[in-house]
Amino acid sequence: MTKVITKFTRNVPHWQPRVTPVDLKAATEAQLDALQVTPSNTKVSEYVLTLAHDVESLKVRSPLFNAIMYDTGGMSRAERELGALGASMVNHCIYCAAVHAARHAQLETSTEVTDKLFRDGAKADLTERDRAIFDFAVALSEAPSRAGLAHMDALKAAGLDAAEVLDLILSASLFGWANRLMHVLGDPVRVSTDAA
Amino acid sequence: MALVTTALRQAGITTEGGLAAAVEGRAAIFEMTQAAEDAVLRPKDEGPWSHDLRAALAARIATLNDEADLAAQYADGAGAFADLADPENDGAAQGLAEVVAFMDKVAADTRNVAAADVSGLQAAGVADADIVRLAELNAFLAYQIRVIAGLRLMKGAFA
Repeated sequence: MTKVITKFTRNVPHWQPRVTPVDLKAATEAQLDALQVTPSNTKVSEYVLTLAHDVESLKVRSPLFNAIMYDTGGMSRAERELGALGASMVNHCIYCAAVHAARHAQLETSTEVTDKLFRDGAKADLTERDRAIFDFAVALSEAPSRAGLAHMDALKAAGLDAAEVLDLILSASLFGWANRLMHVLGDPVRVSTDAA
Repeated sequence: MALVTTALRQAGITTEGGLAAAVEGRAAIFEMTQAAEDAVLRPKDEGPWSHDLRAALAARIATLNDEADLAAQYADGAGAFADLADPENDGAAQGLAEVVAFMDKVAADTRNVAAADVSGLQAAGVADADIVRLAELNAFLAYQIRVIAGLRLMKGAFA
């Protein structure tokens, strides 16, 4: 039995593609190269195998994703996760929200912020800094963006410098991208092993 | 700054501006962003979605996001598909009504995209690989458009 998850959770669901992923056994040289499949690394997720249908995009996307979320300097990793979470909540990407809420909780060694956001949504009681970060990520993620100079003022007042704000723009924007793959091309599901 | 990218040009970020240091600190990200634009707008293997059609859809998505200058940049490459750059045109005249409706919804009403939107494309004869190509084009533009909007705000706030 599989059940599609429709509520935000930190308990990361299984991602079930709506299209048929590339069959690794039938993959082309270019696909294997973009997938970075090697004899010692043959485990590839269904998500990445789905993206392998567009091999030129996949090849540039993975390093860009890692640079935006993990390169040193600038904004803290936990705060970049908060930017990713704001976008994922706007776009209702349950899978992305779960992964990045879980990473935020792990980096902060606290579930307090993500508990509040999942329970109270945009009205959650956050610190001034988290509030400014989350509100900006949410506003930028709307289509069209609703982000304005008042958001910039709030970020500056909360103590963010230019390098941190740039990283926030990049992480929230990146999830405008990731959400449109994860939420569009598959379903977040819970697979039950019950016989019933 | 040797960086020449659509995102920085559209946001009006220059070497003399107050943002130069922050942007140079993330130079690799801006270079990879430009490489991603090349991969989704002008791929070597374009499948059924020609470079002209991709440019038209990109212009359309930029317009849906109120990014007129970016829309104009992409519309320049739209060739025979130029009409599709205008969100008023539904794509029926080009035989692309399902594709255009899918792209509009993914771009501007993402949260409500459902399994039926993907199965609708499949029913219209679009292959799975080509659905992934449409999603990647759309998703990249969502990112690029927001980077430009964010940088433009930063220019006002941190200059």
